[in-house]
Amino acid sequence: MQMGDLPDDRGHFGPYGGVFVAETLIEALDELKAAYARYREDPEFCAEFAYELKHYVGRPSPVYHARRWSEHFGGAQVYLKREDLNHTGAHKINNTVGQALLARRLGKKRVIAETGAGQHGVATATIAARYGMECVVYMGAEDIKRQAQNVYRMKLLGASVVPVESGSKTLKDALNEAMRDWVTNVDSTFYIIGTVAGPHPYPMMVRDFQSVIGRESIEQMQELAGCQPDAVLACVGGGSNAMGIFHPYIPQKNVRLIGVEAAGLGLESGKHSATLCAGRPGVLHGNRTYLIQDDNGQIIETHSISAGLDYPGVGPEHAWLKDSGRAEYVAITDDEALAAFHNLCRLEGIIPALESSHALAYASKIAPHMKKDQILLVNLSGRGDKDMHTVAEKSGITF
Amino acid sequence: MSRIDATFAALREQKRKALIPFFTAGDPDLATTVPLMHAMVAAGADIIELGVPFSDPMADGPTIQRSSERALHNGTTLRTVLDFAAEFRKTNDRTPVVLMGYANPIESMGCEKFAVAAREAGVDGVLVVDYPPEESVLLAGLLDAHGVAPIFLIAPTTVDARIEQIARLARGYVYYVSLRGVTGAATLNVEEIRQKIAQLRVRVKIPIGVGFGIRDGKTARAVSEIADAVVIGSRLVEEIEKSGHGRVLDNISVLVKDIRAAIDRQ
Repeated sequence: MQMGDLPDDRGHFGPYGGVFVAETLIEALDELKAAYARYREDPEFCAEFAYELKHYVGRPSPVYHARRWSEHFGGAQVYLKREDLNHTGAHKINNTVGQALLARRLGKKRVIAETGAGQHGVATATIAARYGMECVVYMGAEDIKRQAQNVYRMKLLGASVVPVESGSKTLKDALNEAMRDWVTNVDSTFYIIGTVAGPHPYPMMVRDFQSVIGRESIEQMQELAGCQPDAVLACVGGGSNAMGIFHPYIPQKNVRLIGVEAAGLGLESGKHSATLCAGRPGVLHGNRTYLIQDDNGQIIETHSISAGLDYPGVGPEHAWLKDSGRAEYVAITDDEALAAFHNLCRLEGIIPALESSHALAYASKIAPHMKKDQILLVNLSGRGDKDMHTVAEKSGITF
Repeated sequence: MSRIDATFAALREQKRKALIPFFTAGDPDLATTVPLMHAMVAAGADIIELGVPFSDPMADGPTIQRSSERALHNGTTLRTVLDFAAEFRKTNDRTPVVLMGYANPIESMGCEKFAVAAREAGVDGVLVVDYPPEESVLLAGLLDAHGVAPIFLIAPTTVDARIEQIARLARGYVYYVSLRGVTGAATLNVEEIRQKIAQLRVRVKIPIGVGFGIRDGKTARAVSEIADAVVIGSRLVEEIEKSGHGRVLDNISVLVKDIRAAIDRQ
């Protein structure tokens, strides 16, 4: 595993990150920090992680030159990093494999997770089945209604799905509830957080496990295009797929990094999840980062057509990349994402996840204004099978 | 001498233990909050812990979660809670008021502005649940400079080096969390608490309160024999939830009196 410069020993990325939890959770986090520090450098652990990624997840995922789509723009060449081809259909599995291996080494027989759309829940349930661990997934009662298929998928895999009825009954409340479970059952339980947020060491650890995306991309772009892209684009909810592809590119200063948030019904409508574009710094879920909050510091409900981007916070390293100017963050509306979704289906025969469609939509905005020898690399973080219901509904179709 | 220090000094002289009720400001409604504080004092409370509601109370169980939701629904903000404290102070200059809540509403107001406002409102202590000592150096310093006590949690799992770190920053009293888990959880191991408190006293020279898991006069009594203060929260909040708006003051008075009597019994 590759060590970045940040965070510092207590998990800070500039003013962001850190450990903002009740004293009752400190020991568990210290234990996790020590375990991760030990195993991230352990050749046997790294070899097992690499083996699982290759033989279970199906890595490396290919980089694909979307020629027809690029021709359609008449500008930059667009390449796609095909995380949608991973086992379980998204990048989420990279991280759950890593954390589950760590859980096994710590002797924890029970894993818990929070999930919004259900992708991280499915990835956790999958790896728990693979390793014979008990699995409990917390999911907002509202999300359970919206994502019935993924709930069933988790149950097929042997997980129990616990509906969360507090607060807005969505992802943020599921995260609160998973933390409460963890603090109560800390001896037996490993909490597998699904994104680059939460208290240290989670943002760093999840980033490291996901960085395989960017490391592969650097090699594959060299092979396929003979050079690195002018810009790397990825959607940002919590920000794990973006951190995964961005991180290895951070030292390559001539590669632009563009994070694409969900503008929902438009930033001015107030119904969006564009934390970095429209939020301000605060403390939530164990770290300091940008948040969507009201004037009194209460977290407010977010909106996006893609449940996976529907989160009022964002990973603290993204907050740092934004402030330091190393990465840019933009926002794409529901409608723009849907248009890109349909475009990719028709022109490339690839059905993207609605989350990833946000990054595709921004690529389709800038590609026409670029030269034909310029290159955009988009992280196609997941496949759209899970979104059939949402897209059909938008088109006025019921099954 | 601060109100908190004076309160503990007086109790020590009387060989009594402090009773610290907690409830969420703005629950069941805005108009009842200050009357509830006065009713608790009349029923025998020594210090009032006033919860500042937050949309994402990660360390709280279902009872206090629901109470925070009611309070937010009623329009309670950090500013409102400071106003409640100031109003309480108009007729009570003796009983300490401690605010307990999460970091974000405070950071949203600004730490310095909050420290000044807390002092002006007559607040005596502030406990920020999701600020462990490492992350609270700035706020603790500002509070201390304005004569408001930064109050800290200590958990059963807190190691000695951290206890020392907390002891350096803490003023007023420390709050020992007697259970693993969230607020409102069940069962309490008194013997385990006794041993832990004896260990804490080596490093912590200010009073030690115990909270989490205290449900009735019996558990309150048991804890009062080993700690300097008994904090009771979820049980009171449950009573506030169960009581109709008209009966809440009476019901809370009866409950606090019962617990006071159990603690004071010779």
